[in-house]
Amino acid sequence: MLIRPKSGILDPQGVAVERALPALGFAGVSAVHVGRLVELDVEDPQQLQPMCEKLLANPLVEDYEVQLLDDGA
Amino acid sequence: MRFGVLQFPGSCDDLDALAAARRVGDAQLLWHRERDLRGADAIVVPGGFSYGDYLRAGAIARFSPAMESVIAFAAEGGLVLGICNGFQVLCEARLLPGALLGNANLRFTFRQVELEVVQGETAFTGACDAGARLSIPAKHAWGRYYAPAQALAAMEQAGQVLLRYAPGENFNGSVNDIAGVRNEAGNVFGLMPHPEHAVEELIGGSTDGLKIFESMRLAVEGARA
Amino acid sequence: MAGEGTASAALPSVEDALALGLTRAEYELVCAKQGGPPNVLELAMYSLLWSEHCAYKHSKALLRTLPTEGAHVVMGPGENAGAVDVGGGLVCAFKVESHNHPSAVEPFQGAATGVGGILRDIFAIGARPIAVLDSLRFGEPGGERVRYLLDGAVAGIGHYGNSIGVPTVGGEVYFEAPYEQNCLVNAMALGLARREGLVRSAAAGPGNVVVLFGAATGRDGIGGASVLASAELSADGEMRPTVQVGDPFEEKKLLECSLELLERGLIVSLQDLGAAGLTSSASEMASKGAVGIDIDVARVPLREPGMEPFEVMVSESQERMLCVVEPANVDAVMELCEKWEVGGTAIGTVTDSARMRVLCDGELVGDMPVSALVDDCPLYELQPRKPQQPIYTPPPPTAGLTLQTPPREILLAILSSPNMSSRRPLFEQYDAIVQSRTVRRPDQADAAVLALPDGGALAVSIDGNGRRVAADPYRGTMAAVLECAANLACVGAEPLGTTNNLNFGNPEKPHIAWQLSESVRGLGEACRALDAPIVGGNVSLYNEGAAGPIYPTPVIGMVGRLPDARRAGRLGFQRAGDEVALAGPFGPSLAASELAKLLGQALPDGLAEFDIAAVCAAQRAVREAVRAGALSSAHDIAEGGLALALAECCLAGDLGAEVELGGDFREAISPVAAGPGSVSPASTLASALFGEGPGGFLVSGGAGALEALAGRVPLRRIGAVGGVALRIAAAGETLTLTLAELNKASSSLGELFR
Repeated sequence: MLIRPKSGILDPQGVAVERALPALGFAGVSAVHVGRLVELDVEDPQQLQPMCEKLLANPLVEDYEVQLLDDGA
Repeated sequence: MRFGVLQFPGSCDDLDALAAARRVGDAQLLWHRERDLRGADAIVVPGGFSYGDYLRAGAIARFSPAMESVIAFAAEGGLVLGICNGFQVLCEARLLPGALLGNANLRFTFRQVELEVVQGETAFTGACDAGARLSIPAKHAWGRYYAPAQALAAMEQAGQVLLRYAPGENFNGSVNDIAGVRNEAGNVFGLMPHPEHAVEELIGGSTDGLKIFESMRLAVEGARA
Repeated sequence: MAGEGTASAALPSVEDALALGLTRAEYELVCAKQGGPPNVLELAMYSLLWSEHCAYKHSKALLRTLPTEGAHVVMGPGENAGAVDVGGGLVCAFKVESHNHPSAVEPFQGAATGVGGILRDIFAIGARPIAVLDSLRFGEPGGERVRYLLDGAVAGIGHYGNSIGVPTVGGEVYFEAPYEQNCLVNAMALGLARREGLVRSAAAGPGNVVVLFGAATGRDGIGGASVLASAELSADGEMRPTVQVGDPFEEKKLLECSLELLERGLIVSLQDLGAAGLTSSASEMASKGAVGIDIDVARVPLREPGMEPFEVMVSESQERMLCVVEPANVDAVMELCEKWEVGGTAIGTVTDSARMRVLCDGELVGDMPVSALVDDCPLYELQPRKPQQPIYTPPPPTAGLTLQTPPREILLAILSSPNMSSRRPLFEQYDAIVQSRTVRRPDQADAAVLALPDGGALAVSIDGNGRRVAADPYRGTMAAVLECAANLACVGAEPLGTTNNLNFGNPEKPHIAWQLSESVRGLGEACRALDAPIVGGNVSLYNEGAAGPIYPTPVIGMVGRLPDARRAGRLGFQRAGDEVALAGPFGPSLAASELAKLLGQALPDGLAEFDIAAVCAAQRAVREAVRAGALSSAHDIAEGGLALALAECCLAGDLGAEVELGGDFREAISPVAAGPGSVSPASTLASALFGEGPGGFLVSGGAGALEALAGRVPLRRIGAVGGVALRIAAAGETLTLTLAELNKASSSLGELFR
């Protein structure tokens, strides 16, 4: 699950990173946002969305995206 | 007057809150795994780093058995005070509107701050006058209060903002300089600064924090009368 | 599941031993002790326990010359921490330790785990940690690297201390070129315990169970102790994988569990796992108790799969403790570990074999005599020789600054320099008030003050000045100890005991050996004069790189007590109209001063003499005056001299002052000239205003109070508090700086934290 700050909310970590990159020689970078990654193995993928809603993300201030990596053997 | 102070793994200012509450009434610690609130008239959810602030500050603590009891207690109108990490827990538990985000200055900051009392006649500010100033220490990394525009406007309209940072004192970037808010019903209140650290002249120079605990006692005893 | 037993694998060679940091002779000695060549596991354990960091090979003999006994000492050196009696049935445990090499590699985690380690030392003896202080050294803050190290170290200390709920109440940071390659991160911690609650680490009772509790064991810091701490650092960043990662939340649970285990009398002894992990803690527990220990690595809960026995034994995974438990109490211990959500596992037994035996699932994989591991490491005689050439390059001179520069500009230059500007951007990142004991916060007084239950208070300060010690290791170290005691005196506290961290270069080099032995000589003499014995400490050697050694930096931590917390002294001026006075046998000199550094001067060969008895007498007098509630403020005159002290008192009190030194200021201040032949009025005025040396105090108060103090120490009234500017008149000139100008100049450190 990729969890990111909702757009429109100040993301000071994103701003700080965006400022630091040009100083290191990386030009043309914009719209930096810093979020969180949660990786897990789950038996029932139906649980993923409620997990995000209830615990892993705070839907008031964060958006999330679920990526299924593989079905696992 | 009996206070119950919750204690989670990682709570830091629990004993400080306990000592502050004891200046005003009886108080005892309530372990997070227990559901029994032991007849408390008011609950204090203290500051610290419950569960190490893992995932998000307060995100895990809100699901503890003790918090389940507190949610029910609040639904019945019981008084609940959330301080710093406690405020974060109450927002995560949806007992209070909004959320606490990382400080705009990206650093943990400890400073004595001046707060303005916005509403004076509430269960948490009854011992203060509207417009008065309180000198109370703040110490946190995740204290920037945020609510979406519509909810924010409704809260302001309804007088739910009880404390604001005085001009120049808002170091964390909280929207509308909000330092403390109550719920619609008025029985749940959260603030980022630490009133339990402003209760004794010798330790910190200000006793303004005691007024918040005093207000709660007045509210409980007033309700009994 | 740990890897297969190493007993059947090929034996390591002498080359392996050399790669692990042992000398050829040490390897031969290990073979002799073992009755044959050691296997991989045994060699790894010897190499760690016989490293400089664990065995103090080059410093133990010197440290034995230090005074360690006194009326207030309850626990002296040799245990996890020392402790002094503070009255009311309570003792204060304290110690300072370093985490220099790990912090140079990864400053956030290095500093954080440094704090974690020193906190564990405190609760390992049964004391609840109540405060942390830090002492930091970095190179000059021009480049990215220093910003990276400073930012990371401060954030790491804040992260750990704040999260675990222990206030960081004081500290110091200095920027000097010799620390460029070798930064210093020293952390001090204090704890409180009931006297009868103190516990020692000696394992006892053959048949008793050895229990490991806390976090799981991974590969953190493997080889850390001997590889990192006993070698000079190279410029590249290859060291990264061996840094330990700390978890303050885990340690908070560990702390509460440990203290409850002790409170309920469930354990026989307790030891924390620090450098060299299980290897050192198990061996040292056995050694102190004159017993043996068997450890089965297969029982140790692991975080990583497939760890070999030697890896389990040398892992420096954080937040772990070892305890010895009578068999009848093991279940209760496990229950308590479960309550606090810290894993508890029985991993071994105490034996009467006097041997350290390591098993893997019952199979013997290592067998060593305890005394060989812990006590028989060879000690080395230092070969001190005073250097004939200067060791350190003079700093670059500041453009436009000379002794002829107007004093107003000199004052601004010093006040805005990295060493002297306000530390607010640092200490605002620390919670200084959790636990509700803090009577004086950083910047409010010369020492931190913490309330005790009986109405008294503890005072604590941490100090060191590498540059002055480099100029004169003996006098410079005495001066550092005296400065610590002076800071305590300014809050009204009497010193009870001292801890020290000796940060030096490579002791095998004669000039470093000279610095070390002279410094320890000065340390001992000053502690004896103050009756503040050493109760514990740490040594960090080999702090040098291609560019040379660090300044010899003994960092001193001192704890004292004052009888009435309400009378704790303050450093800032309090009241317009108060008289301001200079008190004590102050003999300022520009030698090795902050101004000398800004002027680009080379270090002098030696510092001026001073009368240590007179300095101690002045400290006692100031202490008594503060206790009597007579003075409004008291401030030790240290770096930057009298003018800087005046500026600091104005800033802290938000009040100006009018000071008149007069044409004959030399009479009372008696400055020592800046150097041979320099007797120009400018140099002696500069010496009077900016010269440094022990024994000077800047005090303020009512006329009567100063009168009383004048009866006990040399005292000269120099002015009065008032207005919104600092005005100093001397030798026909007046310098004026408004509070706003002083504030602006002293805010320069904030730039480093953008």
